[in-house]
Amino acid sequence: MRRMSSGPRAQIEQLRKRAEEALSKPPAFGPDLDLSKYRYEAERPKDWLTEDLAERAELVGIDLSERQRSGTYLQLDHYSMIEKATAGGVELMSISKALESYEWLTDYYWKALSVDTDKFTALAEVKRTEGYFLRAKKGVRVDFPIQACLFLRTPRIAQNVHNIIIVEEGAELHVITGCVTPRIAEGLHIGVSEFYVKKGGKLTFTMIHGWAEGVDVRPRTGVILEEDTSYTEIYVNLNPVRTFQSMPKVYLEGRNAKCYLASIIAASGNSHFDVGGAAYLRAEGARAEIVSRTVAKDQAFVAARGVVVGESDGVKGHLECRGIMLSPTSVVVAIPELEAKARNVELSHEAAVGKIAEEEVYYLMTRGFSEEEATSIIIRGFMDVDVKGLPPVLVQQIRRALDITAKSL
Amino acid sequence: MPLLEIVDLHAEVGGKEILKGVNLSINAGEVHVLFGPNGSGKSTLINAIIGNPAVKVVKGKILFKGVDITDLPTHERIKMGMGVAFQHPPKIRGVRLGELLEKIAGKLGKSMDVEKVADLVKMRGHLGREVNVGFSGGELKRSEILQLLVQSPELVLLDEPDSGVDVENLVVVANAINELCELNLKPSMRTKAALLVTHLGYILNHVKADRAHVLLNGRIACSGKPNEILKQIMEHGFERCAECLQGRELK
Repeated sequence: MRRMSSGPRAQIEQLRKRAEEALSKPPAFGPDLDLSKYRYEAERPKDWLTEDLAERAELVGIDLSERQRSGTYLQLDHYSMIEKATAGGVELMSISKALESYEWLTDYYWKALSVDTDKFTALAEVKRTEGYFLRAKKGVRVDFPIQACLFLRTPRIAQNVHNIIIVEEGAELHVITGCVTPRIAEGLHIGVSEFYVKKGGKLTFTMIHGWAEGVDVRPRTGVILEEDTSYTEIYVNLNPVRTFQSMPKVYLEGRNAKCYLASIIAASGNSHFDVGGAAYLRAEGARAEIVSRTVAKDQAFVAARGVVVGESDGVKGHLECRGIMLSPTSVVVAIPELEAKARNVELSHEAAVGKIAEEEVYYLMTRGFSEEEATSIIIRGFMDVDVKGLPPVLVQQIRRALDITAKSL
Repeated sequence: MPLLEIVDLHAEVGGKEILKGVNLSINAGEVHVLFGPNGSGKSTLINAIIGNPAVKVVKGKILFKGVDITDLPTHERIKMGMGVAFQHPPKIRGVRLGELLEKIAGKLGKSMDVEKVADLVKMRGHLGREVNVGFSGGELKRSEILQLLVQSPELVLLDEPDSGVDVENLVVVANAINELCELNLKPSMRTKAALLVTHLGYILNHVKADRAHVLLNGRIACSGKPNEILKQIMEHGFERCAECLQGRELK
């Protein structure tokens, strides 16, 4: 397969060269950042399993007892601390180890998104600080989820991870990732994720994030779906951040591929969120649904984007953006985008942004709830998104995270 | 002491005076019916009693169990033992009916078998659905009554429980109202009371009311036995009541 002139090492060298040239390329969305203000060295932690880590990890759905999990990857700052899969037919290891072990991995490395997309993808290559490689082998179905926890602890460092998930033909994998920092923290987290779901495969990816007010977050995700596959992504944000910008791109390359992306953003303080998702429907029967629920308060700003592009006949896509502003100084902007490039394409969107409905609050007050209680019940209901297809343990985990969030707003 | 006493109540909605001096008194154990044409102020009166901030009381007072509640917030009135079923309740997305009922019961410190209560209004199958989302006219009324059954208030305010409801649903709703108001008990045993707004009076075929009032242009124009008043309205419309009100005012 591989030609001598472009062996894995040469390929990576080329990628690095392209990355270096893109190190000052501003991002398409969200605030630009000065990358020189972060530190790039972090010592290997000794006493790493501290109480604050355990407590924060639990909050974002990471079960360190690993009872209902099929594998765990835990990274602290730049170092992989735990990497093991307990389920048969599943591999889980750090990306550096995976690149050493599998020459073929370069066929997937920077193939679902481009290394020179912007300065953040570029930095993730030039200063890569681990990340995980996860693979479910052909036909393997895992009941309990795999968990990945990325913990950013050392102040002012940049954590630049690169993750790759491969779901082989007919395999089914559920992943929960929790990204956290201590409550008071500063830093940058770049998470490059490339997911490949092969024919008949299924991947669900649940993210629960608990950042801190001094942290900038730039996930960069590309997903490639083959024939008869499905991909579900649930993103829940619990805590304020400084800035967050993410726009996962899902390419539905195979017939009857399906994707469902839902993001639930609770934005408070001075948080700036620019969140969205894009789906490219490239084969007949492809279906995409992108849903976002945003609750903003204090001085928070949220841009909720959604892009669906119909590039083939017989595809269907739907966008739904809803936002509630709890304070007069918070801002929610819904930006839905639909593009039909083929003839027989069915694309639709609905967007609604506004204050909480007084009529609903009053209604619940007539059931005996105070104004605060009524508001909290409505907000919790508002954040409820479809979680079908997820294993019960994850549904429970998401519900718990949302309960905590609704109460905190 | 009456359970509810309304004295010379004047109230505005959006700066417009809707209630223009309402006097009404309801004793424990009584079911009162409120008739009136569209726009006469029936819903405004219900909302004033329950404390909707959209209704501004400019004069007069409302006493509940002898306590002046005119300035009390809604949820405090509920705590004291009031409950309301709305004509057009809003949708609460993402909140399951069963979940809401558990919360209502929890708030009141009650533990109950919600499914069993739901059976009374044939709503067991709806407990997993979002509150009022995609409910038919009859289902909305049954859902409202179900929430009241869980609350079990001493004073029940019912805003047109029979509008937009087919015969089958009407019987279910009426039976639940009878249960709510303890109308299956001997009159001397009853402790609950109700104010029931009805436009066409269908519900009265199934719920035995004690007294009826006609609300006209923000005032009680007439009070009496429900069947007699309903008969008058059916024969002569509300015009006769208007004449009656005018006559009284001239005196």
